[in-house]
Amino acid sequence: MVLLLAALSGLSRVEQQRELRWAGDLQGGEPYVFRDPRDPSKLVGFEVELAAALAKELHVRAVFVQNEWSNLVPSLERGDFDVILNGLEDTAQLRGRILLSKPYFNFAEQLVVRRGFPQRHLDQLDGHRVGTLSSSLAHAILRAHPRIETILYGGQEEPYRDLQLGRIDAVLLDSIIATRYGLTKPDLELADPDVARGTYVMGVRKGDETLLDALNAALDKVRSSGQLAAIDARWHLPELPDAPAQEASEDLPQAQMDRGQLWLFLRGAGVTLFVSFLAMALAVPLGLTLALLRMYGGRFSSFAAHAYVEAFRGTPVLLQLYILYYGIAPIVHLSALAAAILGLGMNYGAYEAEVHRAALQSIPIGQSEAAAALGLSRGQSLRLVLLPQALHTALPAMTNDLIALLKDSSLVSVITVVELTKQMTITAVDVRSWAVPGALCALLYFVMSYPLARLAGRLEARLAA
Amino acid sequence: MIVEVRNLHKAHGERQVLRGIDASVDRGETIALVGPSGGGKSTFLRCLNGLNSFETGSVRIAGLSLQPQTPPDSPGLIPLRSKVGMVFQGFHLFPHLNVLANVCLAPLQVRKEARTQVEERALQLLGKVGLADRADAKPAQLSGGQQQRVAIARALAMQPEVLLLDEPTSALDPEMRGEVLAVLRDLAGTCTMLVVTHEMAFARGVATRIWVFDEGKLVEDGTPEQVSQNPRSARARAFFAKM
Repeated sequence: MVLLLAALSGLSRVEQQRELRWAGDLQGGEPYVFRDPRDPSKLVGFEVELAAALAKELHVRAVFVQNEWSNLVPSLERGDFDVILNGLEDTAQLRGRILLSKPYFNFAEQLVVRRGFPQRHLDQLDGHRVGTLSSSLAHAILRAHPRIETILYGGQEEPYRDLQLGRIDAVLLDSIIATRYGLTKPDLELADPDVARGTYVMGVRKGDETLLDALNAALDKVRSSGQLAAIDARWHLPELPDAPAQEASEDLPQAQMDRGQLWLFLRGAGVTLFVSFLAMALAVPLGLTLALLRMYGGRFSSFAAHAYVEAFRGTPVLLQLYILYYGIAPIVHLSALAAAILGLGMNYGAYEAEVHRAALQSIPIGQSEAAAALGLSRGQSLRLVLLPQALHTALPAMTNDLIALLKDSSLVSVITVVELTKQMTITAVDVRSWAVPGALCALLYFVMSYPLARLAGRLEARLAA
Repeated sequence: MIVEVRNLHKAHGERQVLRGIDASVDRGETIALVGPSGGGKSTFLRCLNGLNSFETGSVRIAGLSLQPQTPPDSPGLIPLRSKVGMVFQGFHLFPHLNVLANVCLAPLQVRKEARTQVEERALQLLGKVGLADRADAKPAQLSGGQQQRVAIARALAMQPEVLLLDEPTSALDPEMRGEVLAVLRDLAGTCTMLVVTHEMAFARGVATRIWVFDEGKLVEDGTPEQVSQNPRSARARAFFAKM
């Protein structure tokens, strides 16, 4: 049995399956691994070529596995693929968790700012907002500067766009990303070309030592034969600056699930509550207005309200958040928090509109006839007779939506808002465990939503009396 | 004359519901509208306060005239409705308001009267319908008969010149009909009333005149004795023979 398992681990497994399954993320994949613009069925990139060269040395086929970048390590541990080969940075934290190969690329962390921005060094940026990718080496460096407000992004294009828009004051990312995504924008410039240095390495699971050795040997061959240099040159990868930089300050101690983390979780929960309540406070009156327009408005306003509901219900809220935060940024410049509240509020407004419409329609016609017969105007009839009854009917559905919103608010992390779920993923990567942060996160959501359900229950009982 | 109707026509789509009604009512009269179901009496009543619109003809009520084709939610109907009260078969009390608030709502909101004055009058009216002690109750806590009596007090709170009652006892158990009819009996003479009803004893005993509606026409109009004992039309004779 043990022999069988051993036979299935490491190099022998790769040889037996006759393929090297390597993982990366195609999103923002240029120049690492991305779809060939001329033929989207083909993958290109310097890591594609490196993977092919390494697989050839191992006499197997290279097979690409798509995986979200920030979750590459847990997916590797789950056994979804054999090796991470996707700009994985060599950090002390990572070294304790998985096996890392020899470096295949050396890079510098580079600080990019808007042209003419007076602060040129990380040390001068206390109190400023600096963007980077979450769980990157740059993220670890920024964490050593607690007075800098770090803004985390999921893709490498977005931080530079927010930098152009003035939402942040600098971006710290490695030289490949800075060259491809930052310095191609004419209004951005390099402030510090060599904040720290790092290397890209391959990652394999613990227990796959034989595979690691084979990959290292293959990498040595690819390097000594000049293939690696040729690949780097073909992709115009930036060379290291001449000036020797100080070593990357990556000897930070590994984060623990301590009081500091707990405080971050509570802050994340606070953001979740804040965003959810304000979004709901927007959604309810908006939904009510839409429902009234649809039921009592003229032909145009009724059509417009209907169109709004179908448009916002029929498209993903994620897309709406992207459009609000990035899409319309050149015209309307919203802060991340404002875009989050507005986006969720406008989306839920469409659902609330249907809730209120159903509630209004459930009121017997006799109620509005009795109001009319007493001489009440249409407005008075709505305000004094129909709406109080409709809101009562709608209360359970509205509570349900508020609780759903509480959890849907985790979507706003895509526009850089760090709420509870995002904090959980950041902490989980930092402390190298999902169990405790995940349980804490679930507990906090429950602690927030359960009292809401109880409160609504009591409110219903009071209204029914 | 407080109600005057000339040549009233009303159709639901293809179907002619009212085919030329002419009628008038003097102040203080109590009119019982009777006749077979589908004869048009409820529709006629609802035309008098604009809850139903009509195609042609004219209605003058409480000194105001009602034009054909007026939509039921037209703001122009508000003055008329504060002078013409209505009581429905299904009561239609506002379930979220207590009894007192139901009665006070229209005087406060439509006539903008002072609250103390309105509440005083409302309690007086509730006393009149025998429910002074239930002012704080919600409609759901009342029996059907009690709800209908509150609905009558609610309509009277606007001090209407004409009170329209659309089958006020039809939704009630027999034992509760008596209490509502007793209230109406007390009211007769103090306020002009038009009552759509199947209660022939009430019609004979309380009404000043009985109107028989059949197939969209007013086929009989006379005193209770005249109409029930010696009806002129064959239709009315057939109706009373079945009673």
